[in-house]
Amino acid sequence: MKKFLHIFITLAIIGGIAFLTGVVYVVSETKQVVITQFGRPVGDPVTTAGLHFKLPFIQQAHYFDKRLLGWDGDPNQIPTRDKKYIWVDTTARWQIKDALRFLQSVSSERNAHARLDDIVNSATRDVITAHLLVETIRDSNRILDQKEEGKTIAIAEEALERVKIGRHELEKEILDRAMVLAPQYGIELVDVRVKRINYVKDVRKKVYERMISERKRAAEQYRSEGRGKSAEIKGQMEKELKLITSEAYRKAQGIRGTADAEAIAVYAEAYNKDPDFYSFLKTLETYHDTVDGNTTIILTTDGDYYKYLKKLD
Amino acid sequence: MDDFRSPEDLFREEAKKVKQMGKDYGKYIPIMIAALVIIFGLQGTIYSIGPDEVGVIQRFGKYVRGTEPGLHFKLPFGVEKVTPIKVKKIFKEEFGFRTARAGIKSVYAVRQFPEESLMLTGDLNILDVRWIVQYRVSDPVKLLFMTRDPLGNVRAMSEVVMRRLCGNYTVDEVLTTKREEISRLAQVELQKLLDKYRTGIGVVTLKLLDVNPPDTVKPAFNEVNEAKQERERMINEAWEAYNKAIPRAKGEALRTVSQAEGYSLDKVNRAKGEADRFLVTWREYKKAPDITKQRLYLETMAAVLPRAERKFVMDPQQSSILPLLRLDQKGGTE
Repeated sequence: MKKFLHIFITLAIIGGIAFLTGVVYVVSETKQVVITQFGRPVGDPVTTAGLHFKLPFIQQAHYFDKRLLGWDGDPNQIPTRDKKYIWVDTTARWQIKDALRFLQSVSSERNAHARLDDIVNSATRDVITAHLLVETIRDSNRILDQKEEGKTIAIAEEALERVKIGRHELEKEILDRAMVLAPQYGIELVDVRVKRINYVKDVRKKVYERMISERKRAAEQYRSEGRGKSAEIKGQMEKELKLITSEAYRKAQGIRGTADAEAIAVYAEAYNKDPDFYSFLKTLETYHDTVDGNTTIILTTDGDYYKYLKKLD
Repeated sequence: MDDFRSPEDLFREEAKKVKQMGKDYGKYIPIMIAALVIIFGLQGTIYSIGPDEVGVIQRFGKYVRGTEPGLHFKLPFGVEKVTPIKVKKIFKEEFGFRTARAGIKSVYAVRQFPEESLMLTGDLNILDVRWIVQYRVSDPVKLLFMTRDPLGNVRAMSEVVMRRLCGNYTVDEVLTTKREEISRLAQVELQKLLDKYRTGIGVVTLKLLDVNPPDTVKPAFNEVNEAKQERERMINEAWEAYNKAIPRAKGEALRTVSQAEGYSLDKVNRAKGEADRFLVTWREYKKAPDITKQRLYLETMAAVLPRAERKFVMDPQQSSILPLLRLDQKGGTE
C-alpha cells in the first residue's frame, strides 16, 4: 500500500515537472502546433491531438486553431455594372491549412483577418462591378419565365434583364478569385457568401417611390378591372333583357297574327256563303254605330226609305 | 533550586516538545497528502451526464469516447476532460426581431433590425422579412471540434440562404403564395451548408414569420388590397342588378305571351261566334229573303233615324244642298 503510494506520488511529481518545464505538451482536437527552436521552425506542424514531447526551454510551441473559422467583412458600397450603388456584406469560411506558413506570414488571426479583408473585399468588388444588379440578386430566371408564360406580374423595367449566371455563381466567382491568393498565408478559403445586399440610402428612397407607384398602378388595374367587369355584366344584362322582351314580343305577335288569320278564315268561310247578305247586314249594323246625336242625315226621295214620300208605286 | 527553571530552560523544553510532536505528526504527512490526492482525484473521476446530454471525453486533448446519460468514471488530474453537450435541447435563433421575454404573451424587443430583415426580392423591391430557425446538436463531436463558432455559422448562413431565396421570388410571392415553399427550401439549403461546414448542427425547422413591405410603402400595399375589395364589390353590385332585372323581365315576357294567347282566344272565339250568328241568320233569311231584307232595313232605319240631330229629305232634282245648309246656319229649319 505504502509502496504503491510512493510510486504514485513520484509519478505525479515527475509528470508535474514535465508539464512545467515544457517537455510534454497537450494538443487539443481543435488545435495544431508549430514547434520552433530559437525562433526556427522544427519539423512539420503537429496536427494530431494528444500528448506530445519537445525539448524543454529551448523549444517553443505555437498553437493555432485547426477548426473552420469565420470571417465577416464590413459592408462595402459597390456600384454594379448598370451603375446601381449597393451595400454588399460578405462572409467567408477559412481554415489554417499550413500552420508553419501561417506563423511565418501573418502569425496571428488578427493579421489573417486583415489579409482576408483585402483579398475577399477586392474580389467581391471586382466581381460585383463586372455584373448587373439582377445577377447579384437572382439565381434564376424563374420570375421572367413565369411572366412569359403569361402570368400577370408587375415588374420594374430594370428588373427585366435576364440573369446569365446568378448569385450562386457570382459567389463562386468571388471565391475562385480570392482562393488563389489565400495559400501564401497558409490559409485555405473554404467558402465566400454574400450575406447581405441592399441599396444605398438614396437609391432605397427611389426604390420605395417606385414600389409605391407600382402598387398604385396595380390598384388602379384592379379598380378598372372591377369597372370593366361591371360594365360587362351590365351589357350582358341589357342584351338578355332585350332578348327576353323581343322574343316575347315576337311570340305574342305570332300568336296574335295566327289568331287574326284564323278569325279571317272563319269570317270569310261564313260570309262567303252570301256576300250580298253580309254586306247588307253589316251595313245596317254600322248605321247603329255611326248615327248619333250630332249626325245630320240628308236623304233623297229616291232612296228606299223615303220613296213613298214622293209617290206610291 | 533544582527545580528552578530559567526562561531558557523553559524555552528549550517547549522546543523539544514541539520537535517531538513534529516527529509524531511527520509520520502522517504522506498519508494526508495521499488522502487529499484521493479526494481531489475522486472528485475528478466521477462525473454525471444529464438525461438530455452527451459527454465528450478528451484524453490529453484527444477525443477518445462519448458517454451516454448516467454516472461515469474518467481519469483525474486533467488527463481526461469531459464536455457535456445538450443534444436533446432545441435552440432557437430569431432574425429581424428579438423576443425580450417569452411567455403566454411574449414581449418582443421594440428595436428593429433592418440590416437583418430588409432584403431585395427578385423584382428589385424591398421587403422586411422575419423568420426563426430552430436547431439542435446532431453531432457533438463535430460541434466541438470542426468549427469554432457553430452558432455564428447558423446565423450567417440563415441570412445567406434566406436572401438568396427571396431574390428568386417576387414581392407578392414572398408576401403570400410562396411563403411555405421558401421556408421549406431555406431549411433544406441551410442544412446543406451546415453539413458542408461540418458544424454538427441539425436544423429542426425554419419558419417565415412576419413578412411586410417597408413602412413607407405599406399604405400603397394596403391600397392594392382595398382596390381588390373594390373590384369584388363592383362585380357583386353588377350581378345584383342583373339578378334584379332578368327574372323580372322573364316574368314579364311570359305575361306578354299569355296576353297574346288571350287575345288569340278572344279573337277566334269572337269570329266563330259572329260567323255562327251570321250563318244562323242567313239560313233563316234564305227562307224569305225579300221580306226579311225589307224588314231588317226598316227596323234599322226606325232605330237609327230618330237619333240623328237633323234630317233633310230632298228631291233628287234639287241640284245643290248648299242653300239649305246656309239656311240651317242661320238657325232656320225646314
